[in-house]
Amino acid sequence: MKRFLPLLVLLLGAAYLASSLRPERNPTAFDLAGFGRVPVLVNGRIKPLDTVARTSLLTLQARQRVSTPEVGTPFVATPTEWLADVFFNPAKADTYPTIKIESPEVLDLLGLGEDDVRITYPSAAMRAMAVLGFLPSTKSRFSYAQLRARLPELDKQARLADPTEAQLRTAFQKQVIAVRDRVVLYLQLKTAAQMPDSPDFLGELELFQQALPAGIGAVLAKQRGDAHDETAVKAMKEMADRFSYMEQLGHLRLVPPAEKDPDPTHWRATGATLMESFGTGRIDRTVLDYARLGRAWRQGDAATFNAIVASLHDTLTPRYPAAMHKSDIEARFNFAEPFYRSMTLYGWAFFLAILSWLYWPRELGRAAFWLLGLAFAAATAGIATRMWLEGRPPVTNLYSSALFVGWGAVLLCLVLEKIYRNAIGSVAGGMIGFATLLIAHHLSLGGDTLEMMRAVLDSNFWLATHVVVITVGYSATFLAGFLALIYIFRGVFTRSLDPATADALSRMVYGIVCFATLFSLVGTVLGGIWADQSWGRFWGWDPKENGALLIVIWNAVILHARWGGLVRARGLMAMAVFGNIVTSWSWFGTNMLGVGLHSYGFMDAAFYWLIAFVASQLLIITLALVPLEKWRSFRPAAPQPDSGR
Amino acid sequence: MSDLARQFRDFFVSLQLTVALLILSLILVFVATLDQVNLGIWAVQEKYFRSFFVMWRIPGSNVFLPVFPGGYLIGGFLLANLLAAHVYRFQLTWRKLGIQLAHAGLILLLIGELVTGLLQQDSSMRIETGETKRYSESFRDNELAILDKTNPDHDEVVAVPEAVLADRGLIQHPRLPFQVRVREYFPNAVLTMRDQAGGGAGFSATQGVGARVVMLPAQMTFKPDERNLPGALLEIIGPQGSVGTWIVSPQLGMPQTFAYDGRTWELVLRFKRYYKPFALTLLQFSHDRYPGTEIPKNFSSRVRVRSDDGTEDREVLIYMNNPLRYGGLTFYQAGFEANDRVTILQVVRNPGWLLPYVACVMMAIGLTLQFVFSLAAFARRRAAASAP
Repeated sequence: MKRFLPLLVLLLGAAYLASSLRPERNPTAFDLAGFGRVPVLVNGRIKPLDTVARTSLLTLQARQRVSTPEVGTPFVATPTEWLADVFFNPAKADTYPTIKIESPEVLDLLGLGEDDVRITYPSAAMRAMAVLGFLPSTKSRFSYAQLRARLPELDKQARLADPTEAQLRTAFQKQVIAVRDRVVLYLQLKTAAQMPDSPDFLGELELFQQALPAGIGAVLAKQRGDAHDETAVKAMKEMADRFSYMEQLGHLRLVPPAEKDPDPTHWRATGATLMESFGTGRIDRTVLDYARLGRAWRQGDAATFNAIVASLHDTLTPRYPAAMHKSDIEARFNFAEPFYRSMTLYGWAFFLAILSWLYWPRELGRAAFWLLGLAFAAATAGIATRMWLEGRPPVTNLYSSALFVGWGAVLLCLVLEKIYRNAIGSVAGGMIGFATLLIAHHLSLGGDTLEMMRAVLDSNFWLATHVVVITVGYSATFLAGFLALIYIFRGVFTRSLDPATADALSRMVYGIVCFATLFSLVGTVLGGIWADQSWGRFWGWDPKENGALLIVIWNAVILHARWGGLVRARGLMAMAVFGNIVTSWSWFGTNMLGVGLHSYGFMDAAFYWLIAFVASQLLIITLALVPLEKWRSFRPAAPQPDSGR
Repeated sequence: MSDLARQFRDFFVSLQLTVALLILSLILVFVATLDQVNLGIWAVQEKYFRSFFVMWRIPGSNVFLPVFPGGYLIGGFLLANLLAAHVYRFQLTWRKLGIQLAHAGLILLLIGELVTGLLQQDSSMRIETGETKRYSESFRDNELAILDKTNPDHDEVVAVPEAVLADRGLIQHPRLPFQVRVREYFPNAVLTMRDQAGGGAGFSATQGVGARVVMLPAQMTFKPDERNLPGALLEIIGPQGSVGTWIVSPQLGMPQTFAYDGRTWELVLRFKRYYKPFALTLLQFSHDRYPGTEIPKNFSSRVRVRSDDGTEDREVLIYMNNPLRYGGLTFYQAGFEANDRVTILQVVRNPGWLLPYVACVMMAIGLTLQFVFSLAAFARRRAAASAP
């Protein structure tokens, strides 16, 4: 039985991954999967509505599930179903709690009192859990309907805060602006396909279509000063006001370029297209299609809904085969959630590898190694898909750097594990893989992670060389630090750090530090050359450049201290842990300074996490400085290894 | 070798010194990065990197104390340490070749940075579509230019650096028939129209625009995307006494004209200019954004380069990551303004620009060699260990 354990684990893991590859099934008769694959141009890129739904939900409420803590079952089955409600049935969508508000001051501003915020769980057991802190006791997500009455207050405060520079805003100002931006995003989605207050937008458009010829005639007559039908002019004016409201809020460009327009980027928003109707005298077909979708959705007419979704695909596919193919693959990629699945597997690999130090080292160790390999394969597939979708090298923004730092570190761990077979590589790989994907998840809350590249960074050659090499340098420095953590924890708290393991760990850390030095130095220097090519100086003491330099210097310090005999194994480990601090500062801290050309990712709340991480690492370094006699593994009872300490 | 000399040598070749210097540089770079928020990138370079000591001003006094070694000191010692160790430990063996080469590259890189620090000159050139320019302007320095416009063919220019204005003295020049007294000078100033200024504070002049505006000192800015616009109140004094006072500032777009001694003069405080032996004409500037966003996709300038001696007359396209290198200068696409009608080129003169490239190649080869050798040795050891 024991012998088959690794194989069993591998099969389970593979089945888990394979299950993500099945096509998305519709929970109801409505073809929501097909609706999610309909392409739209937004933020410079053609993407499926499914991506819009997911990234919007992440931005609005930091998760993709729409539910309340009291009621376990979600309001909608998929993000796309939520988007369909927002588009076509806003009265219903307005009641979903999808706008995240955490600041008590902003809650107060919006008139949300204790009764609105407190969670009353249905069962006594859950109430007890809430008292103990295992379940949240206050709500952080609210519906648009709850906020509507006090939105003018929010807008006023946000306008007051707007002129202050982002870096100098108070916590309240930041929160007010964040919540206002969420509300605006929600309104933009609501007005993307139809006027939200219209009970039957298709009917409205049909009336508009009928009135249009006479209306245009009347307006022209009025302009000429001839006799005209004043009611028709007034009706036109009213419609124009409504459509221009949609135009102002429109950021989703649902309508593809006109038939004869050769420029594939000329997608238009519904409001803007309707405004054009006053000139052309007819309503665009896609606008009408979306209005029909809306009526079908509200009336529960799945057959009509599905037919229109199919016709949207059929008209677009021959015109933009490549973009449609990408859009399909992207929706599939969203549904497969490779990074989420990879994260789960990393967690299990870590758990099994730790367990292997206690029981069945051979079997559990192998199982952990295989799981790590599977998780790595899923992450690789995810990164490769992103690269293909974007047509770019792997690292283009902070989010993708988190993915890639984890990927590089796990690759190194797989190599280490293959050589040493002592589960250390699996533990470190599982831990780093999990942690970096968790960081990536939090970075993805800012919106779509497949962003357009600013002109200054738009160079695939340098993105592929400098950025990739330097990110591998980050990976390696982190890996050395995490291996050192294992050394310190096992040495101080357990008896398991025998001389052979200690020696192996020292060699691993030393080797990885050498590797890190090589990559961070070469990467930094390549960055200098890029800077010389595009900004006219090899080195400008920009914070991001300095951050990279700090990593190089610190790795050089470790190596020279080791060569000079200034430190032995314990010192090497403490220094490698400090490398974690240097790298995390270079990776995130420099972006928080808000100066310099490189600040490509602004972030805020992460600052406290950074501080906490640095503090924890300092604590571990202190732990490493405890004299060896006090370490459980090196207590006099055990014979002290002489080498490499 | 005497004891003292040996100690001296041991000090300079020691790895302890290397580690100590590296840690010092780590601290220096870290603190300097943090201080950029307060001082801005340029002041930080002067204070921390292009100095022998980081000076700290005792609050409330003008006494400066050296508190930390500066970039030149640490870099100098590091260079000495590297050179000494290189010479002392040099062995021509394959095993050591990688590490030797990497360190030689590092020496070259440090020297290159020094050369750059001493010789690099940055300026910018803003050209409107169709316009021809033969000078670039400094990012930070200003100059007071006094032009004799009497001769229609050419101007006689006397340029006074801003530092002279900052001394607030009396300026006398053989080509000027008058003296210029600096009555007031502010490194950053704002000008407002007198009728909008409210009453009271501020400085005004008797002549030119200065009679209608009020000049007030302003906080100096250190942000990388802003520059200080100085202001000065100048008095022109001829042998017969004062002619009048003028306010000058780069904020005033046009020079101010006055007549003296039968000649026409212009007075302007402007961004310091560097004239070139060639002219650039902006033929076309293009700028694309991603659809539905304000994110710039690319921008490029098509310019015509014409040298004064007539040996060069060609068109070039300058865009991101593709600068023009010409006449010892490099022109980069830096920005644009005025609704895409004006291009901003960054002009850099850096005679040492090639050094980092050579250094990089040496270091990359050296480190790769070292890494490959180490890996091979490791693999041999593993193979030997696992052999029965």
